[in-house]
Amino acid sequence: MIIGEQKRLEEISGMLDGHRGILIAGCRSCVAICLAGGEKEVAVMAESLRLISSLRGKGWEIEEAMVERQCEKEWVAELRPRIEGKDCVLSLACGVGAQTVQAMYPRVRVLPGLNTSNMGAPEESGIFVEKCGGCGDCVLHLTGGICPIARCAKSLLNGPCGGSQGGKCEVSPDTPCAWEEIYHSLESLGRLDLLEEPIPPKSWLPARDGGPRRIVRKEAVLTEEQKRLKGGKA
Amino acid sequence: MSARSGLERTLLGGKFAVTAEIGPPKSASAESVRRHAHEMKGSADAFNLTDNQTAMSRMSSIACAAVLIQEGLEPVVQMTCRDRNRIAMQSDILGASALGVRNVLCISGDHQTFGNMKEAKNVYDVDSVQELMILRKMRDEGRLWSGDELETAPELFLGAAANPFADPFEFRVTRLAKKVKAGADFIQTQSIYDMDRFERWMALVRARGLHEKVHILAGVMPLKSHKVALYMKNKVAGMMVPDTVVERLKSAKDAKEEGIRLCVEQIEHLRTIEGVKGVHIMAMAWEEKVPEIVKRAGLRP
Repeated sequence: MIIGEQKRLEEISGMLDGHRGILIAGCRSCVAICLAGGEKEVAVMAESLRLISSLRGKGWEIEEAMVERQCEKEWVAELRPRIEGKDCVLSLACGVGAQTVQAMYPRVRVLPGLNTSNMGAPEESGIFVEKCGGCGDCVLHLTGGICPIARCAKSLLNGPCGGSQGGKCEVSPDTPCAWEEIYHSLESLGRLDLLEEPIPPKSWLPARDGGPRRIVRKEAVLTEEQKRLKGGKA
Repeated sequence: MSARSGLERTLLGGKFAVTAEIGPPKSASAESVRRHAHEMKGSADAFNLTDNQTAMSRMSSIACAAVLIQEGLEPVVQMTCRDRNRIAMQSDILGASALGVRNVLCISGDHQTFGNMKEAKNVYDVDSVQELMILRKMRDEGRLWSGDELETAPELFLGAAANPFADPFEFRVTRLAKKVKAGADFIQTQSIYDMDRFERWMALVRARGLHEKVHILAGVMPLKSHKVALYMKNKVAGMMVPDTVVERLKSAKDAKEEGIRLCVEQIEHLRTIEGVKGVHIMAMAWEEKVPEIVKRAGLRP
């Protein structure tokens, strides 16, 4: 899932300056699970902003809306009646969601209420950890099911570096050393042999470094004819 | 095999090698590098120039190396993976070679959050093992990593780092083996204070026969005071400083003299360990002491 966290209220308040009709749009997917943009967070955000508005005379008119998945046009289309008459949407979805809303409603300014952080998972209640680097060329089969791209501070493929001590990363005592974890995972899998051979330089072409990525599933792509039959709906 | 550098010649000749570190200045003038060169000339076979050590911008290690060559000293250029991708790395190696650099130490580099520009983006296109693979290909095949042929291949004596004090301990020797497979000709270790652990590590190195495949230079760093020792122990990633060392410096009348004496004793001990082919002296901001240490340890006149 995508992990994000809310921007500071002061920053959001600054972005909203000069706007009047504001729709706060949450998302019931990833950001609801990481407690950043679900129904409850949208309600709290709305109340906080109403308070700021009345205390500082901002004149904001704030409404709330929830979208099942803000990254998909089909769901975002349902926002249309709620967006009418508003001059801005404060999206509490990830950056993908915020962009989808902006693309569908080009006349309304969409503001990011969250900082989108990473692809990760809930570790324990209230703790969310980055897991996948999205490099486009998965190496988990070589690394005991632990991603060195996302979880090693230096994305080493032949780690651990000399800064790994007591199972911790040199960057922070709160961060486990991914390569220490890889070592122990391969040890328990009986596959320490995988660590004997140097892994050569990686191709970052399928990663972000190759430019924005686009995946095409030919069998799912509609022909012009099929698109017409669908009725030109978004 | 003919030697590619003076350092390699020393090692192939079976002489106990000495390398020492020179920290490039935060300055646009190489005056301090020249001063260190004059102070240290003749006290070591080659001199490491650190590469933006602790992730702070300093004069480029290659530029400092060129200054050392002008002064008649042999440099070891350190090149981290933190600040350059494979394109810049190979380009810098060609440039360094043209300036006369032969020894290169391949390292991953301190993470940028240790430095004074924590907000910088790091590179880590390749890691230190992959850096060795790339540089070895340039040297042995006369080709860039892409396969493009070089008009003139660089002559390189390739180094890598090893840290016997990092974890997991058992894997540290495997990682050394990996670096040897990737092309390391010599190794400079992290500063050694815990001699027992280093001895255990060397035993594992010998068990795998690695001491015969790569020249191991044991790292030492003289300590000016017990405060420096505590700093190394608590703040520097991958260091291990036993309390006995801290206590010895604390109770000494002249801590600086005690620090030098300790360093000399360590070198004398390291010389007796089978498979240790030399020492690497890292006298950070204390470079002028290197000739004295080397002399008192009986390594050079």
